[in-house]
Amino acid sequence: MGKFIKWGLLALSLAVLATGWWLGLAWAPPDREMGDVQRIMYVHVPLQWAAMVAMFVNFVAAVSYMFKASWKLDATAEASAEVGLVLGTAGMITGAIWGRPTWGVYWSWDPRLTSQAIMLVAYTGYLVLRRFVEDPEKRATWSSVVAIIGAINLPIVWFSVRWWRSLHQVQSTPKTVDPEMTLALRVSAFGMLFITVWFLVARYRQALAERQAEVALPDAVPSDLAAASGANSSRVA
Amino acid sequence: MSAPRPRPIGLLTATLALLRKDLLIEWRTRARLNAIIFFALATLLMFSFALGPDTKLLEKNAGGYFWLAILFASVLALGESFRVESENACMDGIRLAPADARAIFLSKALGNTLLLTALGALLVPVMVALYGVSIVTSVADLGLILLLGCLALSAPGTVYAAISSNARARDVLLPLLLFPLVIPALLSAAKATTLVLQGDPMNQFGSWAGLLGGFNLIYWSVGFLLFPRIIED
Repeated sequence: MGKFIKWGLLALSLAVLATGWWLGLAWAPPDREMGDVQRIMYVHVPLQWAAMVAMFVNFVAAVSYMFKASWKLDATAEASAEVGLVLGTAGMITGAIWGRPTWGVYWSWDPRLTSQAIMLVAYTGYLVLRRFVEDPEKRATWSSVVAIIGAINLPIVWFSVRWWRSLHQVQSTPKTVDPEMTLALRVSAFGMLFITVWFLVARYRQALAERQAEVALPDAVPSDLAAASGANSSRVA
Repeated sequence: MSAPRPRPIGLLTATLALLRKDLLIEWRTRARLNAIIFFALATLLMFSFALGPDTKLLEKNAGGYFWLAILFASVLALGESFRVESENACMDGIRLAPADARAIFLSKALGNTLLLTALGALLVPVMVALYGVSIVTSVADLGLILLLGCLALSAPGTVYAAISSNARARDVLLPLLLFPLVIPALLSAAKATTLVLQGDPMNQFGSWAGLLGGFNLIYWSVGFLLFPRIIED
């Protein structure tokens, strides 16, 4: 991992995130109705956005793999699904912490919450599938198919708050929150985005190294191919 | 001069031939149908045992229990539909035929739909007897929902069964992949069935049926497009 990305991006994203959260906790005004409880928005909303970004990266990598088989795309898909699942789970937990004082319950069977829970279970299934298939090429193809089918959920999660108006409010975006909260939300979101990119790159490199170690094993490549071009190559580049 | 290449078989011909083969195997053994019928019947009974003999509760939730029984049985049926192909490397034989690989998807998914619809048709009278429900609106509506719901379970189910039949821990993998995906279909099928059983004063039946139709449209097209990639070697 390049020195800049390993330390520079990490330091930058932590600094931006810390600034955003400081702005959110200390500088932005408390919510008129919810008071200080609302300040969790500066953590919860960026987490969910970043999770969506990571899941979308997973979808793009899976579709691209259908057109061009490459270990890099497969590693990207694996990394983004894992990072997205962690961020989405953290987003759901912070939502529950906020829900208890505001709605009176940790969990409600609201379309937004339900559709996100379905999404998280679907991506868990995707990651389980990856662990249960030994052949790297088959794993890459099959998990791409599952990722594409599962991604149909993403727009449902995103638009659920608009399609079914229920308990969960519409997305907190610079357009829907008070102008005085916009800056803190924007800075927190960029900090979260940077740290997501950092996580993605780190996990991607690890996944790629794992894959290369895997296909370097003689029994992972077809025997005729291994004999013809040495044990280090495989059909996908 | 080289020998003329064999003419590729059309998609429809190949689909029908494969479907005929699957149905013939099913008819000669009847193992799959018998197994899932008894499994689904046991599931319907279990709901009433687990919840106690509260007839009001059972009647109110009959639509949901009915679809859960079909869903659980579908996992058995879907898994089994590819097991017959993995024995004696039958799948390799099918793939060698000069036919479109998508025919395998269509025939398997249609075969599963037929099997599940037959199961559902057998379960309806049992549900009426066990849960004390009656069909309020029309039998045709119930039949439509049954068909649409079974189509909706079969399309993604066939894709995932093809994947999980070749993976380790396939018995865990298929429900883990399938259940979250079919929740919208399960929800709309159960709601629509409840409307058929308890009356539809707000006229919502059409919108739930439409949602199921849309679900089918998406997953049948995605399965049709992606399936050849799963079975390629």
